[in-house]
Amino acid sequence: MTAYLDHAADTPVLPAAAEAVLAEMTRAGNASALHSSGRAARRVVEESREEIAAAIGARPGEVVLTGGGTESDNLAVKGLYWARRSGADGDPRRTRILVSAVEHHGVLDPAHWLGEHPAGLGAQVEELPVDGEGRLRLDALRESVERDPASVALISVMWANNEVGTLQPIAEVVELAARHGIPVHSDAVQAVGQVPVDFAASGLTALSFTGHKLGATTGVGGLVLRRGTPLVPVLHGGGQEGGVRSGSVDAAAARGLAVATTAAVATLDERAAALRALRDQLAAGVLAVVPDAVVRGAVREEHRLPGLLHITVPGAEGDALLYLLDARGVECSTGSACTAGVPQPSHVLRAMGLSDADAAGALRFSLGRTSTTADVARVVEVLGPVVERARTAGLALAGS
Amino acid sequence: MRVLAALSGGVDSAVAAARAVDAGHEVVAVHLALASASPSATPGRARGCCTIEDSRDARRAADVLGIPFYVWDLSERFGRDVVDDFVAEYAAGRTPNPCVRCNQKVKFAALADRALALGFDAVATGHYARIVEGAEAVTGTRELHRSHDLAKDQSYVLAVLPPHRLATALFPLGTAATKDEVRAEAAARGLALADKPDSTDICFVPDGDTRAWLGARLPEGAREPGDVVDSSGRRVGTHDGAAGYTVGQRRGLRLGVPAADGKPRYVLSVSVAERRVVVGSAEELAVDVLSGDGAVWCGPAPQSGQRLGAQVRAHGAELPCTVEDLDDDGGVRVRLDEPARGVAPGQLLALYDGTRVVGSATLAA
Repeated sequence: MTAYLDHAADTPVLPAAAEAVLAEMTRAGNASALHSSGRAARRVVEESREEIAAAIGARPGEVVLTGGGTESDNLAVKGLYWARRSGADGDPRRTRILVSAVEHHGVLDPAHWLGEHPAGLGAQVEELPVDGEGRLRLDALRESVERDPASVALISVMWANNEVGTLQPIAEVVELAARHGIPVHSDAVQAVGQVPVDFAASGLTALSFTGHKLGATTGVGGLVLRRGTPLVPVLHGGGQEGGVRSGSVDAAAARGLAVATTAAVATLDERAAALRALRDQLAAGVLAVVPDAVVRGAVREEHRLPGLLHITVPGAEGDALLYLLDARGVECSTGSACTAGVPQPSHVLRAMGLSDADAAGALRFSLGRTSTTADVARVVEVLGPVVERARTAGLALAGS
Repeated sequence: MRVLAALSGGVDSAVAAARAVDAGHEVVAVHLALASASPSATPGRARGCCTIEDSRDARRAADVLGIPFYVWDLSERFGRDVVDDFVAEYAAGRTPNPCVRCNQKVKFAALADRALALGFDAVATGHYARIVEGAEAVTGTRELHRSHDLAKDQSYVLAVLPPHRLATALFPLGTAATKDEVRAEAAARGLALADKPDSTDICFVPDGDTRAWLGARLPEGAREPGDVVDSSGRRVGTHDGAAGYTVGQRRGLRLGVPAADGKPRYVLSVSVAERRVVVGSAEELAVDVLSGDGAVWCGPAPQSGQRLGAQVRAHGAELPCTVEDLDDDGGVRVRLDEPARGVAPGQLLALYDGTRVVGSATLAA
C-alpha cells in the first residue's frame, strides 16, 4: 500500500471534476466559433468562468484562463512589467521588480529573465528577504519601495510558500503598495482551496492559481486580473480571453476547473480542520521517531498551510530519504525544484537562513483530500529506520 | 539481490539494467550527474555522458523497464578525482585515462559506497566485461574477465578494481556476443535509445578537442613554449606547451626540420619541467620493459617469472610478457617478448592471464 503525501505537487482529480471534463471533452465546438456547437462550448466556458470567479471573490471578466500556474506567473510578471514600463500608460522609470526571495521558480525565473534579457528593457530584480519562518520581511519591502517608489514596476509575493507552507502577509504588502500605486501579483497556486482567498478583498492586482493542486486536471489554471489593469500579452494570436491570452479555450478543462474550485472552496473549512489534525498527528509521530528533526516554516497556525509539514533531518540527504521512503511505499518530496533530477539546495531554505548542510536533509509531506490516518501511520512506521539508513549513506559518501 | 543499475542514457547500460531485471533482481536505476549541475552549462552539448538529453534518455529507459529512477549528483567527486586529475596528469607530462579513474574513484567507489549504505547488494553497469565465479573460477575467487565480444571488451578500464569492489559489481553485458546484439536487444525491448551512437571521446571534453580543452585549463608553466628536439638533442621544431603531448603521438607535431631518413617521427618523451618534447623514429619508440606503480590486483597477486599478457591502452593489443619484478610498494616490472611502441606514462598497464584480468599498475616514465 502506498501512502501518497505529495498533494502540494499534484492532488488527485476530484471524481466530479473528472466526470465533468469527460462529458465535455467528447463534444465538438470551438468556443470562438459562431455556430451552435461553438456557442455551446462558449457557454460552458463562460459559466465555468463565472463559477470560478464566484469561488475566489472575483468578477467573471477578471478570470483569464491559462495553461496553469507557471503560465499565469509568467503572464503576470512579464505582462504587468511591460505594461508598466513601456505600455500606453507606462513610465520608463519603472524598472524595478520586487519579489520575495522564496517565490516559486514560476515567478523568480521570468523576473530574472527580464533582468538579464534585452526584452526586459533594463529591468532590475530585487529579491526581498524573509525571516527564519520564511515570511517576507515587511521592513525590507518598505525600505525598498520607499527608496524610490516611482521606479517600482510591480511587486510579486506568493500567498503560500510551496516548500515550507508559510503564508505571506499579503494584506500588508498590498496596503504598502497601494500607497504608491504599485500593482501587486500573488502566486496563490498553493493557497486557493487550502486557505480562504478572496480576490476582491485582497486588493491584489493579479493572482495566479492552477487546477491540479485543487482537484482539477493538470494543464489548466488562471490568472485573476483586476478589471482595467493594462497587461501586455505573452501569447499572441486569436485574441481569446480579452486579448490577454490567445489560444483556443479548453472548455472541458475549464469545466473541470470550475467544478473542482467550487468544491474545494465550499469544503475548505472542514477539510482544513481535518488536514490540520492529520498534519499535527504526523508532526508528533515524526518527532517521536526522529527527535532531532526540525519542523520548518511558520509556527503560528494562521501563518501556515493546513496540510503541509516540512522537516529537515540533520545528517541525511533529502534524495536518499526520498528513495528509501519510496521503496517503502511513502511518496513525498524534498520540496525543492530539480534540474534533470539533480537535487539543489533549496533557495527557500537558504533564504530562511539555513546552511546548505541543514537544507540538504529536507522533506516535505503534503496532505490532501484523500489523506488518511493510515498514510500518517505508514510514514511514522518507516521513517525511523529510513533516517538511520540515510545517515549511514551520507557518512559513507562523505568518507569515501 | 537488490541491484543499483547505473544508467548513462546510452544503449549499453540500459540493456545491462534490463538483463538485471530479467535475472530476477530488484533493480533501481540511477543516473549520475557528473558535469556541473548548472542547467545553463549543459544545453546544446551533443556528446558526453551527462547531458540533460542523456538524463532524459536514461529516465525513459527506466520507465520502459518499469524500475524507479534517480539522479545522483556526483559532480564534485567527478570534478576532483577525474577532471582535475586529468589536467594534473597532463601538466606532469603523463597521459591519463579518465575512464579508468572514473571507475576507480566514482562508479566503483563513491557510487558503490552510497549504494551499499542504502541497502543495495550490487552495482550493475553496461561495461563489456565478465565476472566469473564458482567452479569456473580457477583462482577460487570472484574473477574479472574479458567480455566474450573481444572487439568491445572494456575489462582494461576495470582492471583497477580490487576484490572487495568486484564483489559488488555486476556486468550483465559481458556475455553478449556483439554490440549489434545489444542494439538488437534494446530495440526488441522497446528501448528508444537502441540506435543512439556510441560515446567515444572523453565525456567532459564536449567537442572532442582535448588539446584545446586542456589549453584552457593547464597551469601557466605547462603552457610555456619550448623546443622539440630529436634524441641527439638537435632542435627540430617548437611547441607551445609540452603538456598535452603523448608518447607515441605522430600527428600535430608541426616539425620544421624533416627527419634525415624521411620517415615519420613520434613523440618519445615529454618533460614539462624542462619544457621539452623529444621526438624520434618508430624504432627509438620501442621499449621491451614496462614499469608501473600503484599496482591493484583483482585477485591473487602474480608471481615473478609468471607468463602474462600486457595491455597498455584501451582497445590495445595484448602483448605477451614475463613478470620480472614485484615490490611491496606496488611497483611492477614486466619484460615484453616483442618490443612495443607508444607506451605512454600515466596509462594503465593491465595484466591478463588468458581472459582473466590479473590486475594493473600505472605506467611510469
